[in-house]
Amino acid sequence: LVKEVFSSVASKYDVMNDAMSMGIHRLWKDEFVSSLKPGSVKVGKVTRCIDVAGGTGDIALRILDYAREKKADRDLKVDLVDINPEMLKEGEKRFRKTMYHGTPQVAFHVGNAQDLGKERFPDNTYDIYTIAFGIRNCTDVPAVLSEAYRVLKPGGVFACLEFSKVTQPALASLYESYSFSVIPLLGTILAGDRASYQYLVESIRKFPSQPEFAQMIANAGFEVGELQDGGAWRDQWGGIASIHTGVKLA
Amino acid sequence: MSVPRHLLRSTQRARQIVPNNVLKAISPVCTRVQTRNVTTPAYPGHIPLNWAENAFMAVGSAIMSLADPRRGDMIAALGETTASNALLNKLREQMLSSPEGRRILKERPRINSDTIDLEKLALLPEGTFGRAYVTWLEKCDVTPDTREPVHYIDDPELAYTIQRYRECHDFYHALFSLPVSVESELALKWFEYIHFGLPMAGLGAVFGPLRLDATKRSRLFQEYVPWAMKCGANAKPLIAVYWEEKWEMTMEDLKKELGVWDPPAAIWGKALSEKQREKKRREAAAAAAATSPASTSSS
Repeated sequence: LVKEVFSSVASKYDVMNDAMSMGIHRLWKDEFVSSLKPGSVKVGKVTRCIDVAGGTGDIALRILDYAREKKADRDLKVDLVDINPEMLKEGEKRFRKTMYHGTPQVAFHVGNAQDLGKERFPDNTYDIYTIAFGIRNCTDVPAVLSEAYRVLKPGGVFACLEFSKVTQPALASLYESYSFSVIPLLGTILAGDRASYQYLVESIRKFPSQPEFAQMIANAGFEVGELQDGGAWRDQWGGIASIHTGVKLA
Repeated sequence: MSVPRHLLRSTQRARQIVPNNVLKAISPVCTRVQTRNVTTPAYPGHIPLNWAENAFMAVGSAIMSLADPRRGDMIAALGETTASNALLNKLREQMLSSPEGRRILKERPRINSDTIDLEKLALLPEGTFGRAYVTWLEKCDVTPDTREPVHYIDDPELAYTIQRYRECHDFYHALFSLPVSVESELALKWFEYIHFGLPMAGLGAVFGPLRLDATKRSRLFQEYVPWAMKCGANAKPLIAVYWEEKWEMTMEDLKKELGVWDPPAAIWGKALSEKQREKKRREAAAAAAATSPASTSSS
């Protein structure tokens, strides 16, 4: 069912993101990736990243660009995983416009975040696991977190960028009216699809708060920071989005 | 059974006289109760909007309609978000003023290929309205099934009024023997604006000609618009016409009864219709693929 929603939004996904967040999602994603500092200055060291629910490739591309520009790292590899083939196709199309197409640095896989599969995604493989604006669409979030724990190497980092609870009351009510009034209408106008965008705002509302989600990450076995803003999570723009991180200890 | 009118003052700031669970029990029309505000969709497909959302939708659909005129849903949305209650009430009054119109409001006929027996109409004699309608559908390669349902009008009866107006549009085409070319559509938009007064028709009438070249535009304003203005003003209220009862009438009799007459003769499309154009494009692509050597796949 989530798959159907994303099939219908796939071709307009990036346009809609820009329209709904007025381009701000780009700032959040830039912050998300640069805080991870992916890549290594040691030539030949292969940093392996897995970007789950990566769809159209926003995060994967940023990871590759960061490693190349800031660390002169051309060995880093990203495995881009998404449950929806149409979203992956959009991602492949985007990558054909970049220098990473045809290199071993990026690979596309159809897969389920809740059950990646041991054959294609063995234990203890990855240095960085990212999931941006994807986990709220998964029905079994603990399953996603334990799969993340499984595929990460000891010392590996889990990072999640997701819509979260706005803590400031004034901003909260403004954000609420914006979400429930404007977003479905934007979906109707730009994409001719009200239902998918109605689903989007409702799924945001249903997602656990920052401390609850941080606790879920800790329950999966990760070491998280203090349960406050700046520790286990970092709020972006008053909590509209939030970056949660955790480390798999050795 | 329809919900009594006093229970259907369903806008967000209305006081609800009957609680939602009772409304749900007594009315087959009320489908679900939203927890966020007090409105209940008044008919299937109803999307209640407050004034700010309505304004947003009006502006957004206007921009989108100009940017992509093939978005029929946006043109429909523009029509609904700009139609004032006063105007729709006036149209409803027109329907209520005649026995024929009252029957339409009671029976609420819909126009699609299920409700209209096109095969039977094709057997009617030449010169009848029913035969002319079927001939026109075939000539233009359109069907009566492509009209977007109404979403943004709160009162179900006014929603039906706009739905009826939208669905009858093709009848005007058939009655005046106008093809679906841009000038003919604009001629009809002018006619509809003068006759019904709907702002959407007015917007189309004013901005539509900007997309025409000079010759077509001058012909529109010199020949069709004078016709549209005189004929639109003279016509009997067309919203109250039960078209489905007029199939067997001859075109002359029908036009006399309605108080209308033909526009200047239209130039029928040299261009093929969209369906045929698409078919030709596919055949050409297949032929090209067959004759050329194995080429790179298209995206």
